[in-house]
Amino acid sequence: MNNLSNRKFIVGLIFLAVGVIFAIRLFSVQVLNDEYKVDSDQNVLREIIQYPARGLVYDRNGELLVYNEAAYDLMVIPKQVKKIDTLAFCKLLEIDTAEYREKFTKARDYSSYKPSSFVKEISSISYANIQEQLFKYPGFFVQTRTLRKYPRNSAAHILGYIGEVNQSTIDDKPYYRSGDYIGKSGLEYSYENLLRGQRGVKRILVDVHNREKGSYKDGATDTMAVTGIAIKTTLDILLQEYGELLMQNKKGSIVAIEPKTGEILALVSAPNYDPNMLVGRAVKKNYPVLSQDSLNPLFNRALMAQYPPGSIFKTVQALIGMQQGVITENSGFSCIKSYVNCHNHPSAGNVAASVKMSCNPYYYSVFKRILMQGRSKSIFKDSELGLGVWAKQVKKFGFGQRLATDLPGIKRGNVPGVDFYNKWYGEGRWAFSTIYSLSIGQGEVEVIPLQMANLATIIANKGYYYAPHLIKEIDKTDTIPSIYRKKNDVGIDKKYFDPILEGMYGVVYEPGGTARRARIHDSIVVCGKTGTAQNPHGEDHSVFIAFAPKDNPEIAIAVYVENAGFGGTWAAPIASLMIEKYMADTISTKNLAKEKRILDANLMNVIPKK
Amino acid sequence: MRRYGNIFANVDWATILIYLALVFVGWINIYAAVYSEEHHSIFDISQRYGKQLMWIGFAFILALVILMLEGHFFTSFAYPIYGVIMFSLIAVLLLGVKVNGATSWFQIGSIKIQPSEFAKFATVLALSKYLSGLSIRMQDFKTKVYAIAIIVLPALLILLQNDTGSTLVYAAFVLVLYREGLSGNILLFGILAIIVFVLTLLFGPFNIIITAAYAYIIIYTLLKFNVKATLVSLLLFSGLVFVFFNYELSQNLIYYGLGMLLFFLIAFLATRKEMKGKRSHYLGVGIFVVACLYIYSIDFTFNKVLKEHQRTRITVLLGEEDKLIEQIENLKLQRDVEGISAEKKQQIRDDIGAKRYSLRELRQGNGWNIKQSLIAIGSGGFTGKGFLDGTQTKFDFVPEQSTDFIFCTIGEEWGFMGTFVLVVLYIAIFLRLIFLAERQRSIFSRIYGYSVAAILFFHFLINIGMTIGLAPVIGIPLPFISYGGSSLWSFTILLFIFIKLDSERLNVLR
Ligand SMILES: [Zn+2]
Repeated sequence: MNNLSNRKFIVGLIFLAVGVIFAIRLFSVQVLNDEYKVDSDQNVLREIIQYPARGLVYDRNGELLVYNEAAYDLMVIPKQVKKIDTLAFCKLLEIDTAEYREKFTKARDYSSYKPSSFVKEISSISYANIQEQLFKYPGFFVQTRTLRKYPRNSAAHILGYIGEVNQSTIDDKPYYRSGDYIGKSGLEYSYENLLRGQRGVKRILVDVHNREKGSYKDGATDTMAVTGIAIKTTLDILLQEYGELLMQNKKGSIVAIEPKTGEILALVSAPNYDPNMLVGRAVKKNYPVLSQDSLNPLFNRALMAQYPPGSIFKTVQALIGMQQGVITENSGFSCIKSYVNCHNHPSAGNVAASVKMSCNPYYYSVFKRILMQGRSKSIFKDSELGLGVWAKQVKKFGFGQRLATDLPGIKRGNVPGVDFYNKWYGEGRWAFSTIYSLSIGQGEVEVIPLQMANLATIIANKGYYYAPHLIKEIDKTDTIPSIYRKKNDVGIDKKYFDPILEGMYGVVYEPGGTARRARIHDSIVVCGKTGTAQNPHGEDHSVFIAFAPKDNPEIAIAVYVENAGFGGTWAAPIASLMIEKYMADTISTKNLAKEKRILDANLMNVIPKK
Repeated sequence: MRRYGNIFANVDWATILIYLALVFVGWINIYAAVYSEEHHSIFDISQRYGKQLMWIGFAFILALVILMLEGHFFTSFAYPIYGVIMFSLIAVLLLGVKVNGATSWFQIGSIKIQPSEFAKFATVLALSKYLSGLSIRMQDFKTKVYAIAIIVLPALLILLQNDTGSTLVYAAFVLVLYREGLSGNILLFGILAIIVFVLTLLFGPFNIIITAAYAYIIIYTLLKFNVKATLVSLLLFSGLVFVFFNYELSQNLIYYGLGMLLFFLIAFLATRKEMKGKRSHYLGVGIFVVACLYIYSIDFTFNKVLKEHQRTRITVLLGEEDKLIEQIENLKLQRDVEGISAEKKQQIRDDIGAKRYSLRELRQGNGWNIKQSLIAIGSGGFTGKGFLDGTQTKFDFVPEQSTDFIFCTIGEEWGFMGTFVLVVLYIAIFLRLIFLAERQRSIFSRIYGYSVAAILFFHFLINIGMTIGLAPVIGIPLPFISYGGSSLWSFTILLFIFIKLDSERLNVLR
C-alpha cells in the first residue's frame, strides 16, 4: 500500500504540470505575443467597403454599351440598434412595421455584429431624404455601390449580366467576399478580371460604446477603390440593333464577322430580352419570368443551338473533294433523283454549277468518292477509312469543336466520326450507304450559327480564319489575347475556292440561282449559299451564308431562321439587308419593300408541317 | 460521535474559501460578459447575471443541506442514488428536449435541468462504494471490469444524448483508478498514444515512423551500453532513409513494407549479441511493429472513420488552413484532367466539397471561435482592459462568452494577472483536495476525494485548454465559473459531499 500512496505525488505533479503549461501559454499569448493585440485593434474598427465601379463597355465605334449608376443600400448592424422610433423610421423607408421586423430578424440571424443589407437599392431621391435623418437611427448606415445600365437596350446575350457571388466562388477565389458582384454570363463573365476593378476599404474607429472616433491612423491604411478597366468590343451596335429588329417575331440567329480579323460585328439571338431586366433588385422578379418563358429568351441560339447545316455544307464537301483529288472543278454528275431527292434543274456540269443549283445527287456522288477511295476491299472498311480522313478535315473548318470565342457556354456541334457510328450502329455495320445524308448537311452533323458564319469567313478568306471574338481593345494595354491573333489554316489550297466563289456568285445573280432575293444593288456584289435544313419536328429551318463584296470581302454572315422553310425565302433577304446596312449605313429605297416584308413577318407560330 | 454538533465543525475552510472565490469570480465575469449600459439592477432576472445570482443562492442552500446531513447517508445511499440517476439518463433520452443538438435536458415549466450533470457525483458515489468494499483488490480482473462498468454506463448514456463533451469527462476516472492501483503503464500509454496521434497528424506517418525507428535504435542499443552497435545501426538506417527519400517513393505501400523489412533485419543484427534472452528481443521488435500499425491506423481513422466535423475539430486545433487550401487546389487539378471517368470525377467533387466544408468551418466556425477567443485573451495584456471595458466579448466576437468561453472575458478584462490568479486558485484547490483525500481513514472518502479532484481537473484542462488553443473545441463548463444552474449545482454537490465526509474523518472508520 505504501507504494500506491506515493502515487499522490504523480497525480499532484500532473496537476502542477498542466497549471504551469497553462501559465506559460497565457504569458506568451497575453504578454509576449503582439500578434493578437493587432488583431484586436482591427476588431474595434468598422470597415466600410468602397465598391469599385465596373469597367465600361464600348462598341467598335466608341458607342457606350454599358455604364454604371450609383445605388444605395441601407445597412444595419443589429447589435448597435438602440430603441428607435420604429414607426417614423418605417415611414421614412416606405415599409410597414411587419416588414421592418422581418428584415431585422433576418439581419440578426445572419450576425448581430456584422453589417448586412437592410433595404437594397434605394433611389437617389429617397437616399437624400434618408441620409438627413439617419443620425437618429444608430446602427444603420448607407453603403454606396453601383448598378449596371445598358443605354442601348440591346445585345443582352453578348453583354451578359452580373450578380452576387455564391459560396463556392468565395471558397475558390480568394478575392471575393460575400456581397460582391461577379459577372455571371456574357462578356461580364469572360472579362470579369478586367471589368471588376479593385475593392477599397475605409476604416473608422469605434469605441466600446459604438461611438465613431474618427478614421483609423488618419486614413493611412485606407485604400481607394480602383475602377474596372474599360473594354472596346468588336460589335457594331447599329448593325446589332438592326439585326435584332429584323429578327423580331422570329426564332433564330444572325452572326456577322469581319473576315480579315475574325471580329464579330453582330451576334443576334432571337427572341431576346432587354439587358436592363437583369439588373439589381429587378433580377429577383424578372429572372424567373425569363427562365420559364417557353420561347427561352435567355438561350443564346448563336452559340448554343445546334442545327443540321443543310445545303451550305455542300461547299465544304466540294472543297474536300477537290483537295483530295477525287473530283476536279470540272467534274459533272447527273441529277439522279433515285439516289437522293432533288428539284427540277439541268444537270450540273461542274462544281460552280452544282453550288449554284444546289444539286443533291451531285453531292451524293462527291461524298461517295470521298469516302470510298478503295483503301480497302471491304466497303465497310473502305467507308470507315474514308470517313476518318474526312472528319479530320471537316474539323479543321472549326466544326465539331468549341471555337475559341470569348463568350461562355459555346457548344461544339457534332462532326460524326468513325467512333460515333461504331457506337451508333456497331463496328463494321455501316458504310457509305448508311450515312450518305451527311453529303448534303443532313443526318447527324450539327453546327452552331457561329460556325456557319465562320464557314462564310473561311470561303471569303479562301482558306483561313481567326477565332471569332468580341474583344477589340482593352484600356491601358495595346493587345488582345493572343489566341485571337492566331491565323487558323483549314488545309485547302487557295485555288479550290475559286469555283466555290463562282458558284456562290451564281446563287445570287445567275438564272437558276437559289437566292436571287439576296441581291442588293450593283455596287455591292454578294456571294451566298442557301440551305434548308430538314426539321423532323415541324417546318424546315431556313439557312443562308454570304459574304460581300466578292473581291476583298468586308463582312461574312450567317442567318438561321427556325421553321421558316426554304433558305432563299427568309434567311437570304435578311442577310442582304444586314450587309447593305453595314456597307452603306442605310437601306436604299429600292430595298425598302424587302425590309418591310421582313419586319412584318411573324414566323413565331408557323403551323408545323405534318 | 457528535450527532448534533455545529454543521461547520471540522469543515475544511481553505477549500470552502477557494470555492467561494471561484463562484464570485464567475458571477462578476458573467455580469461583464452580458453587461450593457441599459440594464442596471444586478437582480434583474431577465438577465443572465440576475439568474446566476439566484442559482448561486440555491447552490449555497444545497451546500448547507449537505453539511447538515450525515456523511453516513451518502455511503448508504450510494447505489440507490446511482440507480435513480441512471434511470433519469435513460428517461431524458425519451422525454428530453433538444438544446444545441444534444437531447440532454428535462424541461419543467421554464426551468431546464440536465441530468448528465448530476450523473457525475452519482458515479463517484457508486465507484467509491464499490472500490471501498471489503476484499476488493484493484489487481483482480473482476474488480477492473466492475469498476469500468460503473464508469462506462453513464458515459455511454450521455454519448447517446449526443453530448460528446460530457462523455469525455469520464476519462478523468483513469486518474482515480491509477491512485487505487491500476497499472501506471496504462496512464503512460494513454498519454503516449495521444502525443503520437497529434504528431502523426501534424507530420504524417512516414516521418513519425522514421523518428520512432531512430529512437528505438538509440534506446535499445544504448541500454546495453554498446556504442559501436548504436553507431553502426544508425549509419545503416540513415543510409536506407536517404536512399528511399531520394527515390521519392514515400507514398508507396510496397516501399513501406520493404523498408520496414530491411530495418528489422538491421535492428535485429545490430542488437542480437547484446540481448540476453531471445524473448525480450522479439518483444522489443513486436512492440515496434504494433506501434507502426497504430501510426497507420491513425492516418486511416482520421481520413476514413471520423466524420467531417470531428476531423475539423482536430484540424482546427492543428491550424491546418494552408494544408487544406493546397489539398483543394490539388483535387481541382485532378478533376480537370481530361478523360477521367464520371464516377471518379464525382468522387473528387465530393472530396472537394468536404474539404471546402472544413475550410469554411475553419474560417467561420470552430477555427474562427478559437481565433477570436485568443484575440480576446491576448488583447488583455498583462493588466487587462479593466472591469466592463472588454471590447471583444462585448461585441459578440467570442461565442458563448458567459458559458463555455467565460475564460475569454476574464482574460480580456483582467489580463495575465487575472488568468494567472485563476489558474493558481484551481491548482490550489486540486492539490488541497488530494491532500484532504490522502488524510482520510476511510477508503470510500479517499476515492471520493480523488474523484472530485480528477473531475474538476478534467473540466479545467479541456475548457481553458480550448480557449487558449491547446485543446479541441469541446463544449464543457469551467467549474463554479461558467453560467448555468445545473453545472454549478452539480459541482457544488460533488464538492460539499466531500467536505462533509472530510469533516467526519475522525469519527468514522469506513
Ligand atoms: Zn439535282
